[in-house]
Amino acid sequence: MWIEVTQLFLNGLLLGSILALGAVGATMIFGVLRFAHFAHGDLMTMGAYFALLVVVGLNLPVMVALPIAMLMTAALAVGIDQVVYRRIRRVQPVILLISSFATALILRAVVQMIWGSSNQVYATGIQLPWRLGPLTIKPDHVLIFCTATLLVIAVHLFLSRTRMGKAMRAMSDNMNLALITGIPADRVIMWTWAIGGALAAAAGVFLGMDTRLHPVMGWTLLLPVFAATIVGGIGRPYGAIFGGLLIGCAMELSTLIIPGAYKPAVAFAIMILTLIFRPQGIIKGAL
Amino acid sequence: MSLLTAQNVYAGYGEADILQGINLQVGGDEIVVIVGPNGAGKSTAMKAIFGLVPIRQGHIEYVGEDITNQPPERMVARGIAYVPQEANVFPSLSVLENLELGAYSISGDITPRLEKVYEIFPRLRERRQQQAGVMSGGERQMVAMGRALMIEPRLLMLDEPTAGLSPRLIDETFERIREINALGIGVLMVEQNARQALGIANRGYVLAGGANRHEDTGPALLADPDVATMFLGG
Repeated sequence: MWIEVTQLFLNGLLLGSILALGAVGATMIFGVLRFAHFAHGDLMTMGAYFALLVVVGLNLPVMVALPIAMLMTAALAVGIDQVVYRRIRRVQPVILLISSFATALILRAVVQMIWGSSNQVYATGIQLPWRLGPLTIKPDHVLIFCTATLLVIAVHLFLSRTRMGKAMRAMSDNMNLALITGIPADRVIMWTWAIGGALAAAAGVFLGMDTRLHPVMGWTLLLPVFAATIVGGIGRPYGAIFGGLLIGCAMELSTLIIPGAYKPAVAFAIMILTLIFRPQGIIKGAL
Repeated sequence: MSLLTAQNVYAGYGEADILQGINLQVGGDEIVVIVGPNGAGKSTAMKAIFGLVPIRQGHIEYVGEDITNQPPERMVARGIAYVPQEANVFPSLSVLENLELGAYSISGDITPRLEKVYEIFPRLRERRQQQAGVMSGGERQMVAMGRALMIEPRLLMLDEPTAGLSPRLIDETFERIREINALGIGVLMVEQNARQALGIANRGYVLAGGANRHEDTGPALLADPDVATMFLGG
């Protein structure tokens, strides 16, 4: 029994670290711009396919393709903001939300047009798992978890040490005061999209490494990602990391008692329970 | 030359103008206080000067230049700092981070500026790692003023700096404002504690219904029986 639990817990940490990367970006975007970015899952998908482009086109290993995909997705996210969201920033948030839904559909259609709608993988062949006593761990999983941890540390250093990172937290805290203080909102917003996009790409690439690439891979992960941001407190990057890990572990451990097909429902249930009993999130959120 | 001049300013958010032609002047070494009943447009006047409420008529001059309806970013760049009445700190950020962000527009070493702020508010040095959101009202007000002072402003605008503070803290706050003014910073403030505020002010304006009602030196306004019965509680 405990072997199974430990194994599922390890799987949960892996899924959780992928969710956390998506959730940190989504929560930062919410904090600074005050809307739930429904195209965030499809930014993950784009990131995964950008990496595929590099892996197949330049014949490079996926971990080398990762930073390139992150840069490309960051640029894409900033571009989408400039073309779509920036023009409607001053209207009601719900219009931004609906627009992001449309953006999600467009991104997915673009992926299908360019890469087709069948499953694809970065590398074929079977990776031999490591055996730690009764537990099995894939080398890829260790790589994913460690890289995700490094990225989270990088985000932490950015938010806590750099001027732009502090400005981002300030805008998320009190938009009006940020304006009064003379913080250039447009630059902060650009950086938020760049970082959100880059982290989404990393999440997408890791998901692709773990399973496969598919045009709806990111979309299906959007719900747990949003659940993670809500559990962690909306607008709180550190909460989102915690929320991601919690949701990931809960989703994996739930398979002990219910069929695996219901995993997303577990994320949904945790989100609803959080909204009922602690709507401000574990770490008090911006809403 | 006067630091700030507001001439015949009409401003408001929606259909109707809240400000119906106000006139103000602040000299470079003055403390100027705006008093008046609720709804007189005191806070709106501050916001209009700082570019937060659109001005429809009239204009604002700062050291001889027209700054009417310029965005807050430009005001800060010119050396005008504004402390709103509420939500005037970044609650999840530390005291030090609040102060650092005050100097966001400043490139280069900000340590000398930090030291100056710590000199005026020694408590902020002690509590620099504290989250601003969990501090007391008086301490938050210090953080807010410290944040504003980080640009080394020539004009400091304060909206009700003593609101909600205990009598002891009110005295202390006015004392700090005097010290700040003594550094050569012009101060324009809105105050509910009119009697005390006029006590430290060089000049005061009484606003009512979005227009000037009285203006005079602080002591003269305090002595005016009309002002006393209307706004100072008899």
